[in-house]
Amino acid sequence: MDYSNFLLMRGELSLIVVIVLLFFYDTFGSKKSQKLFSVTACVLLAAQTIFNIIPSVPDSSFAGMYQISPIISIVKTILNIGTLLVFIQSVAWTKLEHVVVRRGEFYILTLMTLLGMYLMISSGNFLLFFVGLETASLPIATLVAMEKFRHDSYEAAAKYVFIAVFSSALMLLGLSYVYGVTGTLYFEDIAARIGDTPLAMVGLVFFLAGMGFKISLVPFHLWTADVYEGAPTQVTSYLSVISKGAAVFALALVLFKVFPAVESVWQPILYGLIIATITIGNLFAIRQKNLKRFLAFSSISQAGYIMLGIIAGSAAGMGSLVYYVLVYIFSNLAAFGVISAIENKTDRVSMDDYNGLYRTNPKLSLAMMLAMFSLAGIPPFAGFFSKFFIFAAAAEQGFYILVLIALINTIISLYYYLLVVKAMFIHQDDCVIPSFQSSGALRLSISVCVLGIVLLGIISVIYTQIYQVSFGVFGL
Amino acid sequence: MNFLSLFVLIPLLMMVGLALSKGMKQIRWVAVVGSSIQLLLAISLVFLYLQERASGNTAEMLFTASSMWYAPLNIHYAVGVDGVSVAMLLLSAIIVFAGVFASWKISPLPKEFFLWLILLSIGVFGFFISIDLFTMFMFYEVALIPMYLLIGVWGSGNKNYSAMKLTLMLMGGSAFLLVGILGIYFHSSADGHFTMNILEIAKNHAIPMSAQYLFFPLTFVGFGVLGAMFPFHTWSPDGHASAPTAVSMLHAGVLMKLGGYGCFRVAIYLMPEAANELAWIFLILTGISVVYGAFSACVQKDLKYINAYSSVSHCGLVLFAILMLNTTAMTGAVLQMLSHGLMTALFFALIGMIYGRTHTRDIREMGGLMKIMPFLSVCYVIAGFASLGLPGLSGFIAEMTVFVGSFQHTDTFHRVFTIVACTSIVITAVYILRVVGKLLYGPVQNEAHRQLTDASWFERLSAITLIAAVAGLGMMPSWVSDMISQSINTIIERL
Repeated sequence: MDYSNFLLMRGELSLIVVIVLLFFYDTFGSKKSQKLFSVTACVLLAAQTIFNIIPSVPDSSFAGMYQISPIISIVKTILNIGTLLVFIQSVAWTKLEHVVVRRGEFYILTLMTLLGMYLMISSGNFLLFFVGLETASLPIATLVAMEKFRHDSYEAAAKYVFIAVFSSALMLLGLSYVYGVTGTLYFEDIAARIGDTPLAMVGLVFFLAGMGFKISLVPFHLWTADVYEGAPTQVTSYLSVISKGAAVFALALVLFKVFPAVESVWQPILYGLIIATITIGNLFAIRQKNLKRFLAFSSISQAGYIMLGIIAGSAAGMGSLVYYVLVYIFSNLAAFGVISAIENKTDRVSMDDYNGLYRTNPKLSLAMMLAMFSLAGIPPFAGFFSKFFIFAAAAEQGFYILVLIALINTIISLYYYLLVVKAMFIHQDDCVIPSFQSSGALRLSISVCVLGIVLLGIISVIYTQIYQVSFGVFGL
Repeated sequence: MNFLSLFVLIPLLMMVGLALSKGMKQIRWVAVVGSSIQLLLAISLVFLYLQERASGNTAEMLFTASSMWYAPLNIHYAVGVDGVSVAMLLLSAIIVFAGVFASWKISPLPKEFFLWLILLSIGVFGFFISIDLFTMFMFYEVALIPMYLLIGVWGSGNKNYSAMKLTLMLMGGSAFLLVGILGIYFHSSADGHFTMNILEIAKNHAIPMSAQYLFFPLTFVGFGVLGAMFPFHTWSPDGHASAPTAVSMLHAGVLMKLGGYGCFRVAIYLMPEAANELAWIFLILTGISVVYGAFSACVQKDLKYINAYSSVSHCGLVLFAILMLNTTAMTGAVLQMLSHGLMTALFFALIGMIYGRTHTRDIREMGGLMKIMPFLSVCYVIAGFASLGLPGLSGFIAEMTVFVGSFQHTDTFHRVFTIVACTSIVITAVYILRVVGKLLYGPVQNEAHRQLTDASWFERLSAITLIAAVAGLGMMPSWVSDMISQSINTIIERL
């Protein structure tokens, strides 16, 4: 047996090592030593990130089953950074009495989904892709049900399981059609053999629908708000940024690698999906009072913007997409960090509870405001740059109308993001949340996110690097 | 380090200083020192610019510098100024300076107020020095967003509604603008080496006619929203009426000029063919702005609404003159920007000061203020005279040049619209004199007003600075107009 195949998979293997170590720690560690569990998990993940930080050269192993390229490595690093931020945010939450007994599960299961995402984006074969996808989605149901004594959490988990299974089934059906037409599951072989025969197209559409559920594109988005609301805030933040980012990236890779020959078929489909996703997501977000639901709908519309990078189908599109996901991780996690800080302290997540927050908690309000501005795409914050680049990538391919529609939607989104700012800065309230000091870990994570929001845009080298390696996807 | 970058750097340092300062005294100190340095910088820029021109430098833009920012999209941080931008920078610096004194006693949260105000000024200054489409657009948006909080937190009246309306409408304009900019960028060169640099795009002259037809209207409307072009002007009266004094000053005085400046720097300069073909559509719209704004001002009862509608009318005249596409009218447009900027800032400053004393802006509830606060009233009369175009003050020079330029077109269409726009002069006189008569003369309406005091020293300083500028422009327009028309010529040559 040739072990050199495994060398390429060092990202996955090191992650498995981390998982196993944590598992042993959780199982055999003394009760006293477990106090350091969260810190250990963060440190191990950070070490794993640094270990894999150098982008790999393009290569494949197991006869093309597993593929790696610089852009894939970079995406894995980005996912790692996001997960690390979520972990840091969760430290305080996992110390709560009802969560502490499940602390080990939280970290281990989250890392397992991360492993699934790794496999999903590194796969060169639909079999591995599917295995990765399932690994990435099923443990999330457990995570959603983490606070199972809460009815919401329980219900959300049930919904998530049904949707995950249903969408997987849809996707499998589609993939079986594709297999039937081309006789293979390897990406390169399918790409060479596929034509726009009706059967193959049905397969493609089912595949898109399946992925649509994972990314929560409209009209496959109905589960999103309930699950986001019911899940513990830490899990919601993981779902809305990491899980979504990985799924978008996987979809992009599959469309570019497997279906480039039928671009004329999936482009119009995506065109419609993008318009529906951005618009519906935005319109529903306007009416939300619960901030978690609010961010759920905002994340739906953000997914629509991310899809602009896919429809562009160019190196610029790919680079902008990855950059957008990176910026989105920082912006959204800053927002979720503030939400969980306040939720941990007061158990309040409604927008009205934030009235007058600036007077009592100016730093948290500023962080939240920066997050909202970045999500809305206001300069000089990173969100502006990521939006600009993704619009530029779409415009380069001549999608001016689509860009205009998306831009008009940013006005709607600005409206509801400003509602949060308005609540914090302008509104006054008698029962305003009192001043408090949030936990050190949360402050650290929010600070890192804010730093990212401010610096990611102004420092151009990050986007330039991502842009350069994104040519690898297209073999240019 | 380029000299022009100081215009952005100094406000940035000011923001740092403000963030660190404690107590009202330190905040004022930082704001005054910073804005004074900025003003001195703008004045010295004018002299440097004139010196450079006098020594025979005929380059389109002076003091240019450029450094690569985002290589994949060929985005540079590129700066440079011509006569028009120098004039606009000076205007902005004067108004920021006056604005600081006008908000001497701002409360609550003075530190935050100045932070946002200075951020707004960064956007304005950055916009005028940029010659790269991307940075220009970025600064444009930087200037817009602080408005929301400035109006929302420190505003008066129906402030939540106004702040949201203003922000959303201006951002809506920038949505069109962004598509326009992307369209310009992806057609900027025939050989695929696209560029964001305005000078290079103009030199390449490669945007095909079909693309110009699409992107000229988008860009023009995008900037036109900020220039209060009919029917996109509705944010302006509400926004101005609700904003705190210094913000009204900065917004009407400078921010609305971003629209006019962008219209000709980006839309007309880069897409001259489409400008020639499509100017008539926008001429009609801006013609409506001019007259409609003036008529609306006649029936308002709130002092700020009167000036806001008068701004719609005057800013409409700026766009109107730009669309005449000849040197005289365009020079007039820039003069009108300067003149309107200064006198509107003066108006809003005075209204703020009067409102701070009487706590009402309804003209029916005030009267005879000339006896009570002579200094403020005299200033108000001067501002009014400038607005209705009395010779010797800035308004006369600007409107004269605009209408002379407009009359150079001999065809019926332009003639008719010029005459229609000319009527606004008369209407302006109506609403200005109505307010002056009602507010300043006549019997004292409210006996409680007799206790009120006249302007304090910081208010006087703010007003006198602006009056000096208005009068200076009116008495000695030649040095500004020469500087401007020289730069306008290079744009006209392309048409």
